[in-house]
Amino acid sequence: MQRFVVLTLNGLTEGSIYAAMALALVMIWRATQVVNFAQGAMAMFTTYLALFSLENGAPYWLAFVIALGCGFALGAVVERVLVRPVENKPPLNVVILTLGVLLVLEALAPMLFGGQIRSFPAAFSIVGLRLGSLQVPFSGFDLFTLVSVLVVMGLLLLLFQRTDLGLRMRAAAFNPEVSRLLGIRVGRMLTLGWALASVVGALAGLLIAPSLLLYPTYMDQVLVFGFTGAILGGLDSPPGAVVGGLVMGFALSYVGGYLGSDLETVGALVILIAVLMVRPRGLLAWRAQRVV
Amino acid sequence: MNIQINQMTTAMSRIAIGCAVALLAACGQSTSTANTASAPGITASEIKIGSTQPLTGPAAPGYSEIAPAANAYFQYVNAHGGVFGRKITYDYLDDGYNPTTTSSATRKLVLQDKVFAMFNALGTPTHLAVVDYLNTEKVPDLFVASGCNCWNDPSTHPYTFGWQTDYTIEGKILGQYINQSLSGKKVGYFYQNDEFGLDGVKGLDQQLTSVASRQNYVPTNTNVTPQISALQASGAQVVVSFSIPAFTALALLTAAKLHYNPIWVVSNVGSDVPTLTGLLTKFSNGAVGGQLLTGMVTDAYLPLVTDASNPWIALFKHIQPTPWDGNVLYGMAAAYTFVQAIKAAGQNPTRAGLVHALETTKLTGGPGLAPYGYSSSNHLGFLGVQVAKIGADGSATTVGPVYTSSDSGPINQYSGTPATPPSNGIPS
Amino acid sequence: MRVSVFKWRSLLTPTLSRHLGLALAAFIVLLVLSSQIGAYDDYNLAAIAIFVIATTGLNLLTGVNGQLSLGHGALMAVGAYSTSLLLRGHDLPLILVLPASLTAAALVGAVFGVAAARLRGPYLAGATLALAVGLPQIATRYSHVFGGEEGLTVAPQVAPAWLGADFPPERWIAWIAIAAALITMVLLGNLLQSSVGRRFKAVRDHEAAAALAGINVARTQVVAFVVSAACAGLAGSLFAYWSGLTAPSGFGVALSLQLVSAIVIGGLGSLSGAVWGSIVLVFVPALTGGMASSLNLPSAVGNNLPLLIYGAVLVVAMLLVPYGIDGGLRRLFALARARWAGAASNHKGVVDWDDPAGG
Repeated sequence: MQRFVVLTLNGLTEGSIYAAMALALVMIWRATQVVNFAQGAMAMFTTYLALFSLENGAPYWLAFVIALGCGFALGAVVERVLVRPVENKPPLNVVILTLGVLLVLEALAPMLFGGQIRSFPAAFSIVGLRLGSLQVPFSGFDLFTLVSVLVVMGLLLLLFQRTDLGLRMRAAAFNPEVSRLLGIRVGRMLTLGWALASVVGALAGLLIAPSLLLYPTYMDQVLVFGFTGAILGGLDSPPGAVVGGLVMGFALSYVGGYLGSDLETVGALVILIAVLMVRPRGLLAWRAQRVV
Repeated sequence: MNIQINQMTTAMSRIAIGCAVALLAACGQSTSTANTASAPGITASEIKIGSTQPLTGPAAPGYSEIAPAANAYFQYVNAHGGVFGRKITYDYLDDGYNPTTTSSATRKLVLQDKVFAMFNALGTPTHLAVVDYLNTEKVPDLFVASGCNCWNDPSTHPYTFGWQTDYTIEGKILGQYINQSLSGKKVGYFYQNDEFGLDGVKGLDQQLTSVASRQNYVPTNTNVTPQISALQASGAQVVVSFSIPAFTALALLTAAKLHYNPIWVVSNVGSDVPTLTGLLTKFSNGAVGGQLLTGMVTDAYLPLVTDASNPWIALFKHIQPTPWDGNVLYGMAAAYTFVQAIKAAGQNPTRAGLVHALETTKLTGGPGLAPYGYSSSNHLGFLGVQVAKIGADGSATTVGPVYTSSDSGPINQYSGTPATPPSNGIPS
Repeated sequence: MRVSVFKWRSLLTPTLSRHLGLALAAFIVLLVLSSQIGAYDDYNLAAIAIFVIATTGLNLLTGVNGQLSLGHGALMAVGAYSTSLLLRGHDLPLILVLPASLTAAALVGAVFGVAAARLRGPYLAGATLALAVGLPQIATRYSHVFGGEEGLTVAPQVAPAWLGADFPPERWIAWIAIAAALITMVLLGNLLQSSVGRRFKAVRDHEAAAALAGINVARTQVVAFVVSAACAGLAGSLFAYWSGLTAPSGFGVALSLQLVSAIVIGGLGSLSGAVWGSIVLVFVPALTGGMASSLNLPSAVGNNLPLLIYGAVLVVAMLLVPYGIDGGLRRLFALARARWAGAASNHKGVVDWDDPAGG
C-alpha cells in the first residue's frame, strides 16, 4: 500500500511535467500543424539561461521569469525565422528542421554554459511534506509543480475560450484564408501561438530540472514521453494533452515500480499502441478527421 | 631487489644495444641514437595516438572532460621536451557513446590517421565493438577507460590493456568493508543495469551473504523513485550503489524526498566529490545540501581528488587548475601511465615492443594507490582500492589499508608505500 | 475481392533489363573505385551502401507511400540482432544469414504495419517513435538472450582467399554491401514502376480516391511497411557485420531520426534521393569528426562543434533545398536545359516542385 502511494504520487508529479510538455506540443500543432521536436531542447536552453542568471546574482523568481520570457522570444523567433519559410514545403521538412534546431541547441548549450551536469534549484523544499506525524513522499516543490501546470492549463483555457485574442488565434490556426479575409493578422497569431507554447515548454524545463539535473540532453526523455502523452490524449485537444501526460506519468511509474524500470519504455510503447488501436486519434479526439 | 633488477635490465639492454649496433653496422646505417619512424604513427618528432570518447550525447557530461585533461598532460610533457624528443599528438574522436560510431571512428584513427596506439578509449559497449579489430590489426589498445574485466584477456586480446581497478575487485573490497564495519545491518543494492553494475554486484555477492533488495536502473531513465522506494520498503540500512555520478545524486535526492536515510556505499565511479557537491549544494532550498554526502563510504585507486596536499593532486592541478574533478584526475593519471609505458618501450618503439614493455617492465611509481598488475598473464591495471569516507566538510579521508585482489582470488592487504611524482612531473 | 496487392512478378517488369544493366555498370564502377581508395574510405563506402538499403526502403514507405516512420532504426535492430543471434556459436554463411535477418525484420514490420495502417500523420510518427525508444530496451531487459548493454559481437567477414591475403576486410564488406544495395535498388526501382508502385503513390496522394479506384488502402500500406521493414532488416544485418557489435546504444532514437533526415535531405520519394541522403549521413560526421582535438579550441566548444555543424546542415538544407539534393539537382538540370533551349520557350525547364518524385 505504502508502495502504491509512493508510485502514484511519483506518477502524478512526473505526469504533470509530461502534461506541460504535451500541452506545448499540442498548442504548436494546433497553430501550425507542426510537431516541434525542438520543444524539449528549447526548454533545456531557457533553463540554462535561468541558471546563468542565478549564477550572476539574480534571485530565483527573477531567473524563473527570465527563462519564461526567453522561452517566449525563442518560440517566436524559431517560428518566424525558421518555420515560416518552410510553411508551404513538404510537411516533413519542418520535422527535419526542428530536429536540426534540437541538435544546434544541444551543441550550443555546452559551448556556452559548459558540458558538466549541473544542479538546478527548486522553488520550494524537495523533501517530502510532513502532515502532523505522517511523512508523505510528496514535496512542497511537487505540489508547486502540479499547481503551476494546472494554473497554466486554466489560463490557456481562459485565453482560448474567453478572450478575443484567443478566438483570433484559434481562427488563424483553423482557417487561415478565411481569417485573413476577416482582417486577422494570421502570421502574427501563429507566431504568438509558438511563443506561448514555448513558455509552457520552458515552464516544464524549469519544473523538472531540479529532479532530473541539468545537462544538454536532459529534456529528450521528457519530450518523448510528452509527445507520447500528446498523441495518447489527441494532438488536437489541450485537455487531451494533460490527460495523456498524466496517463503516461502514472503508467511509467507503475510499470517501473512493479515490473522493473528497464521495462518503462517498452511499457510506454505497449500502452500507446493499445490506445491508438482503439482510438487512432487519441483518447480525447472529438473533431472530424482533418486531412493533413 | 630493485637494484638487482636494474642491473639485470642494464646488462640486458647493453647486450641488446650491442646486438643492435652490430646489426646496424652490418647494414651500414647510421648510429643507434637517432629517432626513426619505427612504427605507424611514430616519426622522428611525433608519437600519434588516438581515442574514442563520448564528447557529445548523454554520456558526455563529465566524461567529455577526460580526453581534454589527458591532452593537457601530454601538452605539458611536450612542453618539457616530449618523449625522447618526440611530441605526443592525441587525436580523440567523438563517438557519442554509440558503438557504431566507435567502429567507424576507430577505423579512421587506425587506417587514415595512422595512430601508433589507442589510448583510454572510453566505454564498455563502445570499446567491445572494436577490441577484436584492434587486436587483429595488432594496434596497442592501452588503458581502456572502463572497469570491465573483459580487457584482461591476454590470450585472445594480447594488445588490449585495462587501467582502472575492475568493478568486481571493487565490489569485493567494498563488500568486505561492509562485513567488517557495518555488520548486522540490512544491505540493499542500487546498480546500473549493464556490465558496470553487474560486475560490481558479482564482487559484492562474493562477500555479502544476504541482500534485502536488488534494484537496478537504466541510464536513459532518470526517474529512480520506484527503485529507491523499494529499497526503503525492504528496510535496507546500507545501500551499495554502483551508479554514475548523476544517478548517485538522483538517488540521494530521491531518498531525501522519501525521508530515507541509509548509509550509502558508492563505487569510485559514482562518488566523485566535486561533481556530487556541485550537484547537491544548489538544493539548499530543501535543506539537503552537501551534507547529504556526509558519511558516504566510497573507494579509490587514485589519490583522493579533494586532497590538495597530495603531491600528485598538486601536480595535476598545477597543469590544469580548472575544471577540476575526478574526471580530470582520471584523464591526467591515465596519461601519466601512458608516458610511463611509452618510455619503457624505448627510444624507437614498435607496436609489439610497447606491448612487450608493458608485460615485462613491471611499471612502478605511478599515481595509483594500488600497484599496477601488468604482466604477460595479466592485462589488468590497478589491482585494488582503498576505502574512503566523506566527512562533514565534503572532503574524503581514506579508511584502513589498500587492499588488492583478483576477480576470484582472496583479498590481500597491500603494504607498499604510495609513490610521489618526480619533481618535473614527467616519468623518468 | 480485388487483385492481390502484391505480386512477385511486379518485381520483374520490362524495365528490369534496363535497371539491371545500370546496376551492373554501377557495380563495376564502384568495385574499381573501391579498389583505388584506402581501407577507411572503403569502410565509409560500405556504410553508405548499408544506409542506402535502409533509406531506399524508408523512402518507399515515407516518400512514395506517405507513411512517416520514426522507428526504422528499431527495425534495423531487429535485423542486426537476428544476425548476431544466428552467428552466436554457429558459423553460418552470409548468404543464409542475410535473408533470415531480412525475414525477421519483415515479420516484425508486418505486425507493426497492421497497427500503423490505422494511424495517420503525427499519430503514426508518435507510434513509430515509441517503437524506436522501446524496442532496443528489450535487449537490456532480456540480457541473457541479447547480451544486455554490451550487446553481441559479430566476427567480421573475411575476404575469400583468391582475392589475396592483403585484401582489406573493409573492402570486402564494402563489396558485399554495394551488391546488396544495388540489388535492393533494382528490385525497388521495378516495384515503383509496377502497378504496386502506382498503388503506393495513389494511396499517398489521396486515400479516398485510391479506395474509390478499388485499391485496398490498408493492405497497400501494410505491404509498403513490410517491404520497407525488409530493407531495414537487410541493412541491419549488414550493419552488424560492418560494425562488429550489436548493442542497444547503437540503435537509439538518433539512428531512426538520421534515416528520416537522410531521405528528406536527399530527396523524398526517389531512389537517388536515398543515395544522396546516405552520402550526407556518412560524410558530414566523418569530415567534422576530427575537429574536437585538431582545432585548438576550448574543449566545450571543440567537442560540440561537429554536432552544431550537423544540426545547422539540417536547418540550412531545409531552408535552401526544400526538395532535397535530388530536387535541387533536377532543378539545376532543368534550368540548364532551359538555357540550352534558348529563351524562346519560357515554360520549358520549369520543374514541377510538387512532385520531385515523379519522373
